[in-house]
Amino acid sequence: MVGIRRGVVGKASYSLFALARNALSYHEDWREAWRSPEPKKHYKVIIVGGGGHGLATAYYLARVHGIRDIAVLEKGWIGGGNTGRNTTIIRSGYLWDESIALYEHALKLWETMSQELNFNVMFSQRGVINLSHSVHEMREMRRRYEAVRLNGVDIEMLSPSEIKKMVPIINIDPNIRYPVMGGILQRRAGTARHDAVAWGYARGADDMGVDIIQNCEVTGFRRKADGAIEGVETNRGFIGADKVGCVPAGHSAVLAEMAGFKLPIQARPLQAMVSEPVKPCIDTVVMSNAVHMYISQSDKGELVLGAGTDSYNSYAQRGSFNIAEHLMAATVELYPITSRLRMLRSWGGIVDTCPDASPILSKTPVPGLYFNCGWGTGGFKATPGSGHVFADLIANDRPNAIAAPFALDRFRTGYLVDEHGAAGVAH
Amino acid sequence: MQQIPCPWCGPRDDWEFHYGAEAHVARPETPSDKSDEDWMGYLYLRSNTKGPFRERWMHAAGCRRWFNVIRNTVSHEVFAVYKIGETPPPLPGEAPAAPDTTER
Ligand SMILES: Cc1cc2nc3c(=O)[nH]c(=O)nc-3n(C[C@H](O)[C@H](O)[C@H](O)COP(=O)(O)OP(=O)(O)OC[C@H]3O[C@@H](n4cnc5c(N)ncnc54)[C@H](O)[C@@H]3O)c2cc1C
Ligand SMILES: [Zn+2]
Repeated sequence: MVGIRRGVVGKASYSLFALARNALSYHEDWREAWRSPEPKKHYKVIIVGGGGHGLATAYYLARVHGIRDIAVLEKGWIGGGNTGRNTTIIRSGYLWDESIALYEHALKLWETMSQELNFNVMFSQRGVINLSHSVHEMREMRRRYEAVRLNGVDIEMLSPSEIKKMVPIINIDPNIRYPVMGGILQRRAGTARHDAVAWGYARGADDMGVDIIQNCEVTGFRRKADGAIEGVETNRGFIGADKVGCVPAGHSAVLAEMAGFKLPIQARPLQAMVSEPVKPCIDTVVMSNAVHMYISQSDKGELVLGAGTDSYNSYAQRGSFNIAEHLMAATVELYPITSRLRMLRSWGGIVDTCPDASPILSKTPVPGLYFNCGWGTGGFKATPGSGHVFADLIANDRPNAIAAPFALDRFRTGYLVDEHGAAGVAH
Repeated sequence: MQQIPCPWCGPRDDWEFHYGAEAHVARPETPSDKSDEDWMGYLYLRSNTKGPFRERWMHAAGCRRWFNVIRNTVSHEVFAVYKIGETPPPLPGEAPAAPDTTER
């Protein structure tokens, strides 16, 4: 990169002292956070997809399993997929034991991530409230509340007036179309800076020798005579590998097709938007499954608003207008002070939705090829846990206790982990 | 806004429709002698093509009838619309397909 003098500041560690020292050279001598090497001919492990999950997988393969001969291949720029497009809600209050184990594993890793990576991911445990708008939803929420408590994870039930106390801008009038009847709150839940998560894991992995190769698209798989994986075809030529882990989110089905099998996955657009910045007015995250909207406020003051998915398959990376319109209507009804707020930006990502709204962490019909996908509308929160258990799966060629329930085989046995109620559209 | 041309009602906004994903997935003829693998395939495994794709739509807010569409899942361009039971037209750049005998 032009203007960046490599290795001038010998150590890559970030601290107040490093900040002060670099101020003396007008911040022109910071070392780049990761190298951009040419791909080698062969790696022990190739990770396809440089989103948060792929980068975390490479990081834990190197740190926990001592495998350092790794490349992460990313067709665009790292974090440019759903990692950089999501609304960053992090929580672990799902319904089933299997899911709580997975998401809580991730939440615990979030709590130490900035320290561990020496990179501020701005993890903010501002709490997440899930609203319910009908008697049925209240009952379902109560059930989920008990399930979460039985797993020893923090969760609270809130009445409308308790919600109003925490979120003064919310409308709890019982006469609106979808009145607020109550909610559940997880105080340890919150948000984080999405780009920083990708950059932090990239920097940490690079530090241990992992090659991060951007603008490198996988276009096919090469297999040995015995059917096992031999490597990947890319726009930069063939790259050999003993093992390949695919973490391509919205493009999971496309990569599976290249490898010759199908997945129970549908690629759907999911969109979000931010408003013009305003003074602080909401210091927590509030989600509503029934009206398909959720809200938080960024450190810059923008209201971050998330909507539902489109109902059809698409790779266009933009959602339909009617979904955005619906989101606006729900926002104005629940938060009347937003009625004259202008929206600044809206965007979409392609999410890999699974029939049971749970992820796939699995071996595949191809020996040496592993898939981590199906996170759909809600995988950002799982980033560290997903990378941690997927690294373990690749290193040991068998799932650990947390990953095991999420194997592809569940669609044969019927042992689905149905999280539509807890995941739904709300993340 | 994406428009879907209903064969009965003409082009309408996509939100009037219910989506049925991949078209021409046939229910097993003899369910009792199918293995769990076969059922996994029928129930869950679907093509999720990037590009021209044969898929089902239902005009939920209109005539409520099912039909097939060939639509590009990247550009959203619609290449063909055909009724249930009709021979699928070829995908763009493809030779005409054999008559469809699987649909029921
Ligand atoms: C609008 C929106 C809001 C969301 N809100 C939340 C939320 O609040 N909370 C939450 O937990 N989750 C949320 N999600 C979901 C979350 O973003 C994803 O589940 C998660 O980020 C997936 O991470 P990933 O690393 O697997 O995928 P990605 O970050 O998408 O990474 C996959 C990477 O693979 C690359 N790739 C694909 N094909 C190839 C190829 N052939 N060769 C090389 N590289 C390839 C892509 O370019 C991409 O960078 C949201 C998603 C969206 C779109
Ligand atoms: Zn019609």
